[in-house]
Amino acid sequence: MGQVMRRTIQPATLLGPTRLIAAAAAAALLLGGCVAPQHRKPLYYWGAFERQQYEALLHEGASPEDQIHKLDEAAEKARASNSALPPGFRAHLGMLHLATGNVDQARTLWEAERVTFPESAPYMNQLLKRLDTPMTADAKKPT
Amino acid sequence: MNARHFLLAAGCAALVALSGCATKPMRDYSAFQSARPASLLVLPPTNDSPDIKATPSAWALSTGPLAEAGYYVLPVTLVEQTFRENGVMTAEEAQGLPINKLREVFGADAAVYLRVKQYGTSYAVISSETRVTVEGRIVDLRSGQELWSGTATASSAEQQQQSGGGLVGLLVVALVKQVIGTSTDASYNYTAMANQRLLGAPRFNGVLAGPRSPLFGQPPVARP
Repeated sequence: MGQVMRRTIQPATLLGPTRLIAAAAAAALLLGGCVAPQHRKPLYYWGAFERQQYEALLHEGASPEDQIHKLDEAAEKARASNSALPPGFRAHLGMLHLATGNVDQARTLWEAERVTFPESAPYMNQLLKRLDTPMTADAKKPT
Repeated sequence: MNARHFLLAAGCAALVALSGCATKPMRDYSAFQSARPASLLVLPPTNDSPDIKATPSAWALSTGPLAEAGYYVLPVTLVEQTFRENGVMTAEEAQGLPINKLREVFGADAAVYLRVKQYGTSYAVISSETRVTVEGRIVDLRSGQELWSGTATASSAEQQQQSGGGLVGLLVVALVKQVIGTSTDASYNYTAMANQRLLGAPRFNGVLAGPRSPLFGQPPVARP
């Protein structure tokens, strides 16, 4: 349905006042550029990802299920706007799935993090290795 | 005549010294440039303020500026979990760990050490201020070499405007600010600003752009 709507709207946007608005926006961008020349298109779609990391670090509030729901919504928005998900997004989501007991989903997401960001491989490999070794309540080992 | 000359010279020297404040010398980037780190481990920030939210706040908000600067940033929530599972419970402990241990566990190229020096709202009758100051250091985990350091502040006083309503107006503004300052977690928002100033790229004397940035490999920003 979204696609159909897009198709009917798009030709109209090329004419009419939308063009003026686009020109004004471009001018504003140029002018704004004088003040902050370093402003570019962001590399990633952030949404509330940092806020959610903050709340997770506080260890209060939303359940893992609620957090997963919010992150799934953010991922959907990123896809719709054709933007990349930031470093750690998939890894964090995997951690939340693990907290709900969904080991397979955690594994899939950590592997996806490693594929998307090969720099994460050493750490993701460590985490994946721990998924394969049966976890006890007290996983600490004396070194 | 001699005394006059001396005064003139002294005046010139003072001028140069004063204008020197505006144009700080550029930092030496040679170690940073040759290390070329790609992945960053942000350690839990230590906190000098009385507000315990400073650590999670500065930690979570470090991801955005550094990732947008072109680095892979290890997921802070998982890093926290790994530390906890290994019995490392405080930021001081985490920051005190030997770098070869950090490299072994996390496999990052470099570690980011943050210290929150100020965090919170100070309450005064006429004007309350929310201020966040963060200090940072990047250390190469392969060589142990310090690649970069800096400090940044963000404060509500920057945008402070006179209300134009006389003393009563000022008091109302101060009161409103105090309420906003506590209810909507203003310090969190100013941390975002301070961290952007500290860790965002490109900035004069700031962090260099990383491999995932289109600006990677470009010379450092020459002027503030």
